[in-house]
Amino acid sequence: MSLRVTINGKQQQLEVDPDMPLLWVLRDVLGLTGTKYGCGQALCGACTVHIDGQVVRSCCAPVRRAEGKSVTTIEGLSPDGDHPLQRAWIEHAVPQCGYCQAGQIMTAAALLAKKPKPSDSEIDQSLAGNLRRCGTYTRIRAAIRKAAGIDG
Amino acid sequence: MRHRSSAPQAKPTRLASGGLALALGASSAGGCQRPPSASATGASARVELPAVSDGELRSPDVFSVYADEAERSRALFVEASRVMLHPRCVNCHPNGDVPLQHAGRPHDPPVLRGPEDKGVVGMECTSCHQDRNLELSRVPGAPGWHVAPLSMAWVGKGPDGLCEQLKDPARNGNKTLEQIVEHSRHDALVAWGWAPGSNREPAPGSQPEFGALVAAWLETGAKCPLPVEPSSKQTDSKQTDQP
Repeated sequence: MSLRVTINGKQQQLEVDPDMPLLWVLRDVLGLTGTKYGCGQALCGACTVHIDGQVVRSCCAPVRRAEGKSVTTIEGLSPDGDHPLQRAWIEHAVPQCGYCQAGQIMTAAALLAKKPKPSDSEIDQSLAGNLRRCGTYTRIRAAIRKAAGIDG
Repeated sequence: MRHRSSAPQAKPTRLASGGLALALGASSAGGCQRPPSASATGASARVELPAVSDGELRSPDVFSVYADEAERSRALFVEASRVMLHPRCVNCHPNGDVPLQHAGRPHDPPVLRGPEDKGVVGMECTSCHQDRNLELSRVPGAPGWHVAPLSMAWVGKGPDGLCEQLKDPARNGNKTLEQIVEHSRHDALVAWGWAPGSNREPAPGSQPEFGALVAAWLETGAKCPLPVEPSSKQTDSKQTDQP
């Protein structure tokens, strides 16, 4: 079956099973490996992408859900990795092993798009579905506050 | 932990005689499995109904044993409430900001109802839940997955409180009772209760059977079970042989 999906601004004609999880279309069909496979059950957030701006766990979303819509992955968040969140991520040394960070950043980007100046509580609520093994959640919050211009 | 309160269930109660009777009176969480009482139904004598398992519903016609239409209506609602107060239904009618899962524990990952009952940004219901169940990941799904508004909270209610709520347009989504029947019979999200996927226990009976009960309740005057006074609760509980 043929599906038309815009991915990172580029229209794609996909010849895939419509029930294939979007994650595997991104990684295996298109080679966009920035989005990670974590749990496969929408429990960890490593596979987070946007469909028309909404956070979606791509490991569980069938690609048919994205038909006619616009998908944004970590590769498409900014032209050259200079999204305010990406700069803040570097400044605060947020990544440790780095496996979860694509998902973390994509969720944070969706949050800032809707709430440019989120409270700490709102950050915690929105990022509650993005787990990291190293436990440095305070750095994530600090980087989001930095990107939002809350902290100089 | 208010979200851990178990949902009350109106189940058939086995009588000493070996027959079964429906509990028609209940006012709060914590136990509705009691025999019918005159205070709940106005009935002068206990009426016995055919036995059914926890997974079955009685059909409306068996309620003809109630000669009085108002009593029959109350009994029909109690039977229908076994569906509405089942975890597959009540879990997404929380009385707080957190939906429940399994037998009534807080949803994990930690989600909130959000301003439109669809989650908060980054943790929307449909960030994870699709329009159908996912077999491999076991994530449940159905069209329009969302949390019922707080005004429609069912957790902590018994059949009597639930009934009064369903009849109140301010607390039922501004629906007529005819629309409640239609919603019960055909709504796709309601239908999920009987096809929850994975190893989740479905609601009792089937959607057509549930819809028929709600329709019969309306046809008999949409009467609500009467609250049971504390003293009669105590008396009833002594007679209850809980499964």
